[in-house]
This record gives sequence, structure tokens and C-alpha cells, in this order.
Amino acid sequence: MTGAHPLRAKRRRSALRTAAFLSPWLIGFAVFFLYPLLSTLYFSFTRYDGFRQPAFNGLDNWSYVFTDYPLFWPAMRNTLWLVLVMVTCRVAFGLGIGLLITKIKTGTGIFRTLFYLPYLAPPVAATLAFVFLLNPGTGPANTLLDAVGLPTPGWFTDADWSKPALTALALWGVGDLMVIFMAALLDVPKEQYEAAELDGAGAWARFRHITLPNISPIIMFAVVTGVIQAMQYYAQPLVAGKVAAGVIGGSGQQFEPGYPDKSTLTLPQLVYNLGFQRFDYGTACVVALVLFALSMAFTALLMRRRGGLIGAGE
Amino acid sequence: MPRTGRLTTATAVLAVISALATACTGQGADTASDDPKADVTLNFWHGWSAPSEVKAIEENIARFEKAHPNIKVRVTGDMTDDKVNQALRAGGDKAPDVVSSFTTDSVGKFCNSRAFADLNPFLTKSGVDKTKVFPKTLLEYTQFEGNQCTLPLLHDAYGLVYNKTAFAAAGITEPPKTWSQFTEVAQKLTKPKGDSYEQVGLMPTFHGYETKPMRLAAQWSPTYFTADGRSGLAVDPAFVKMLTAQKDLVAKLGGYEKLERFRNTFGDEWSAEHPFHTGQVAMQIDGEWRAPMAKEAGVAFEIGTAPMPVPDEQADDYGKGYLSGTIMGIAAGSKKQNAAWELVKYMTTDTEAVVAFANAIHNVPSTFAALQSPALQVTPEFKTFLDIARHPKSSTTPAKADGGTYQLTFTDFAYAVEKGDVGDIPAGLAKTDQQIDTDIAKAK
Repeated sequence: MTGAHPLRAKRRRSALRTAAFLSPWLIGFAVFFLYPLLSTLYFSFTRYDGFRQPAFNGLDNWSYVFTDYPLFWPAMRNTLWLVLVMVTCRVAFGLGIGLLITKIKTGTGIFRTLFYLPYLAPPVAATLAFVFLLNPGTGPANTLLDAVGLPTPGWFTDADWSKPALTALALWGVGDLMVIFMAALLDVPKEQYEAAELDGAGAWARFRHITLPNISPIIMFAVVTGVIQAMQYYAQPLVAGKVAAGVIGGSGQQFEPGYPDKSTLTLPQLVYNLGFQRFDYGTACVVALVLFALSMAFTALLMRRRGGLIGAGE
Repeated sequence: MPRTGRLTTATAVLAVISALATACTGQGADTASDDPKADVTLNFWHGWSAPSEVKAIEENIARFEKAHPNIKVRVTGDMTDDKVNQALRAGGDKAPDVVSSFTTDSVGKFCNSRAFADLNPFLTKSGVDKTKVFPKTLLEYTQFEGNQCTLPLLHDAYGLVYNKTAFAAAGITEPPKTWSQFTEVAQKLTKPKGDSYEQVGLMPTFHGYETKPMRLAAQWSPTYFTADGRSGLAVDPAFVKMLTAQKDLVAKLGGYEKLERFRNTFGDEWSAEHPFHTGQVAMQIDGEWRAPMAKEAGVAFEIGTAPMPVPDEQADDYGKGYLSGTIMGIAAGSKKQNAAWELVKYMTTDTEAVVAFANAIHNVPSTFAALQSPALQVTPEFKTFLDIARHPKSSTTPAKADGGTYQLTFTDFAYAVEKGDVGDIPAGLAKTDQQIDTDIAKAK
């Protein structure tokens, strides 16, 4: 009995010490993640316009979002399209450029700079430049396509082409991924390539069995950050839609994002639109939670895949 | 600690949190008790950003401060409704006491959410009979279900601005008055060039800057809501007629795709490269500001203005148009509401102030007295818009609890119609009505 008390005290001291070391993270987690998440969950069951006190309205907001809100499903489809297509294209293109630049012998610095510079352009300015370049009537892209006898798409004014146009914009700014992939590619041990060559492995076999396993953690990093970016995609489609629709500002009418035909509408845009333009924080919270659930689902899926990829590398 | 003690502490903490949360909502008292004669500084937020407009508003504020030496006004320009909403919600010393907004569509939301104070008690206290000061249409778009949470601060009338030189070249002697004349004139003024155009008579698509469905619908004198407050787009034949007429015009001028492709070559609506200035369009549906803007841009042609054409069967109503404008209100959370009212009253009802501001920014005055004032600078182009503003059948879109969401829903449907995606317009309008009713019920 007498020995138990000092042990308990020791354990308590140890627990307190651990808590003290963890406290900065715990406080940050509680203030910046847990509290906002629980608030969002609470507000999603209320009628709340930001001015009057929230009033409980059960599942009204949830049922409105899934059954009556005409913008939700188009935004959901667009966000999923961007996550799947844009992220895949960005990773593939960034890796491809990285591979090419590591292979070339001369002018590497120039190519690195050329591919990296667009990444430094502010998103709004880059989008404006792309709307100008892809202007269906006067843009240089269509002038060029027309000159070689190819069809000239409407790009940001055509619902079938607006997301590919946004993807092209994302590929133009792929410099960040290129740099990361280049660093990873240069880290792959040269002996492995030499041994494979001695065994008669071709270029594809070397890429498949040496390069890919070695850089798989970096590919996973690029995919995860890409998915996060795609889930938060807001400014570029909004600016492109506004400019292509001819709405710069001024006369005081509201602008609904998504031009043309809701094809550039994303879930983060809905959160803003509902919360700050329609004063409907309750419904905005529902969309925010859907976005959160979607992010969690993608993260879980990627983490399961991650085990296999890293295992292959190791 | 005994259990009751813990409970007491928890209750106290909850009470403090609740009190803080209530304070954070920016909710104000129902009545204003501040002394309007006391020394005070007001925060005034507005949306104007062009240098000439900013100068005009500063001059107006300087006149107010001279007349009210105890009130200083801290002016912040270039503010959008989104920023205003967030600032009002946050409250505090930096939040605006007085706000003006271009978005009349937001009035329903501002009034319904009680973000702005009801101005009726202030009007009564000051002995101002609003029905004798402001035109009826302007009072309609500045209140919601009897809550006059804003007042009109100048307004806009929409009509037709046209290129007189292009008219003469096409042998057209006067602006069109009916829709069939309008269609004919627009076709005559359209000059194809390859797959595109050298000039279109009018850009009829609903992304053509001010060519919004609501502006066109006003020419058919529509009723947006039934007597019981339900959306009535399918009930009033005006909407089917307007959408059919517009779709027909789009087809006659070359079709949706070709027109939209040409529209994408246009410059910014608010720059000197506006397609009306550059001669790419010969007629523009626009507000009273377009003619002076075109002159400032140094256009080489002569400019004419006229009311928008009316449907052939309503030829007697020629002269009417769509009205909208800037609104002004007092933040419900402001602790200086009586002083704020002095500023609102001055800017919205003082004839000299309203006329001076209207002259400076080329907007239509918003009071009966200012509209009749001899000090109002009236050019022949501007007179057209003053007449539209005075026309008894000119109309606006009503304020609703969901703000302008119902207009966006209608606009979405109009986009689908002009594109040719809608086979049965009445059935589509009935579906649009359902959506609007659902949205409004949700917002209420």
C-alpha cells in the first residue's frame, strides 16, 4: 500500500509532463479544428443568417442540399472531376517534365526556369492571362488552331471545354511538382539503373521497376496535396467564369458562379455563395461538412494505397 | 470540489459564453438613444470606386459635415455586399454605421435578417412622409414586408443607347418603339464578316452586359409573384412572351453560338473598349451612364437615347423601363443611429445634396423634388432616362427574403431558353416557380 502512492504520483507527473509538452498542439487542435468542426456541425442543424440567433431546424438544411438545391450536384460532379482528372494530369505532366529535364544534357537551367516561372504567377493574374489566350474569338490559341485547320473550341465559354481549359491552366503552373519530382528522380541510385541495363532492361522496364518504386512516396505526396488543392479550388474557376461571362463588376447585380452552364462551379464556391451571399450559414455548413467528408474519404483511400506504394519502394 | 460547485461554475461559464456569443452577432437595440447633437464619428461604407465618383461622394460628405459640425464621417469606398455583410456581423468600432450598396437585390436579405435598422421610426420622428419624397417604385425596392430598412440614393433607369451615325447609314430615321420594329432595326444594323460580325445591331444574349432577363421583362409589365406571395412566372404570360421574343431575336441575328463567340471579343463593360464605344454593337440596352461614358471615351459617332421598345400589343405604354438604383441604410448594430440617420436623411432627402450628387455621377435623382429641380443638369440624352424614371408604368423587381436568388434562378432558366435547351417554356417556368418558392421558404 505504501509503495502504490508514490507510483501513482509519478504516473500523474509523467502524464502532466506529457500533457504540457502536447499542450501547444492540443490547444491548436481544439481551437482551430475541433471547435470549428463542432460549430459547423451544430450550425448545419440550424437556421442561421449570421445576424439573428441560430434556430434549430432539424434536417431541413441537409434535405435542402441533397434534394432541392439545384447547384449542389453540379458542384459535386465538377469537384470530383477536378480531383480525378486535374490531379492525375498534373501529377503525370509534372513527372513527365521532371523526367525530360533530368535527361537532357544542355540548357537544363533554362528549361527548369521556363517551366517553374508560371508557378510564381498569382492565380488570378494567371487565370486572366489564360482567358485572354483561350478567347474563342480573338485568342492566339484558337488563331493557331484555325491556321492549321483544327477545330476551335469555345474554351471558357463552352461547358464541355471549360474544365479542360482549367486543367490546361493547372498544367501550365506545374512548376512546383516538376521541381519536387526532379529532386526525387536525381536521388534514385544510379547503380540500380546500371545493374538493370546489364540485365538487359529497356527504358520502360527501368522506369517501371526502378524509377517508380523509388519515387512512389513523392508521387503519393503529389497526389495528396493535389487532391487537397482540387478540393479547395475556388479562385481560378470563379475568375475565369466571371471574365468569360463579361461580369467584371459594377451595376450591382449578383453573379452566380459556374459560367458556363454551372460547369466551373465547385463546392468551395457554394460554401461562400451560401454563407456570404445568401446569408444562409446553416446550409453553407452542410456543404462544408460534405466537403470535409469527401476529403476524409479520399485521404483514407490514399492512405490505404500508400502502404502498398511505400512497401514497393522499400 | 462538490458537484453543485462544479455545476455552478459550468453554468457561469456557459452564461458568459452565451453573452459573448450574443454580443458577437452584432444585434442592436430596437430603438436609438444616442444624441445626434453630440460629437461623433460615423463610419460610412459605399461601393463607388471610379475617381470621379469618389470625388463626388467626398464633396457630398464635405457639405454634410459643414451642415453638421458635430458629426465627422469616415468614408470607405469600393465595398461589396459580401464585405459589408461580414463587417456588420462582426460589429465593433470599425464596422460601418451607414452603408450604401448598388445591389438592390440584397435589400430583402438585409431587411429580413435585421442587419439594417428599420428607418420608418426615423422618418416619422423627422416628419418625413416617404410617399411624398420618393417615387413609389423606388420605395418598393428599398423595403421588405413593411420594413423600410433602406432608402433610395439616386437611381438607374434602363433604356436604349444607340449609334445615330450607324442608324443614318442604314437608312433608319428613328429609334424602334415596338418589339417588331426593334427586331427589324437590329437585323438591318447587323453586318456579318466571315463567320463573325463587323457589327451587330444589338447583342441580345443575356450575358450581353445589361441585357438581363429582368430588364427585358420590364417591357412586358410582368408580375413576379401572385397575390399570395408565390412565384408567378408561369402564371403571368408576360414571361413566356418575353423569352420567346428574345429567343427569336437571337435566332434572327445569327444564333446563340455565333453571337456568344462574337461577344467574347468585347472589351470590359466599364472601360473605354465597351463594344458600343468601339462600334461593335449599334444599340445597347443600358443605364443613363452609358451616353456620358461613351462621350468620355471619345467616340467618333453621334449618340442617341430612347426608351426600350415595348411589345406590339402594348404600344401605348412606350416610354416605360426597368428601374433600380443605389440604396442606403443604417447598421442595426450601430450605437450612433440618430447621428447616422442625419447622414442618411441628408444624402437621400436633401434636394441640393441629391441634385449635386446626381449631376456629378450622371445618375437619376431619387426624390420628386430633385427630379424637378432647375439645378439638375439635363442633356438631351439624359432627359430620356429621366422620362423613363417618371413613367407611371416603369417597374422594378420586388424585394424578397432570399434577396436576388429568385432572379438568379429565373436568369438561369432564361440562359437555357436562349441556348435552345428548353422545349416547353411554360412547363420550364412552372418548374422554376417551384424552385423559387422552395428557396424563399428556406430563407424566411
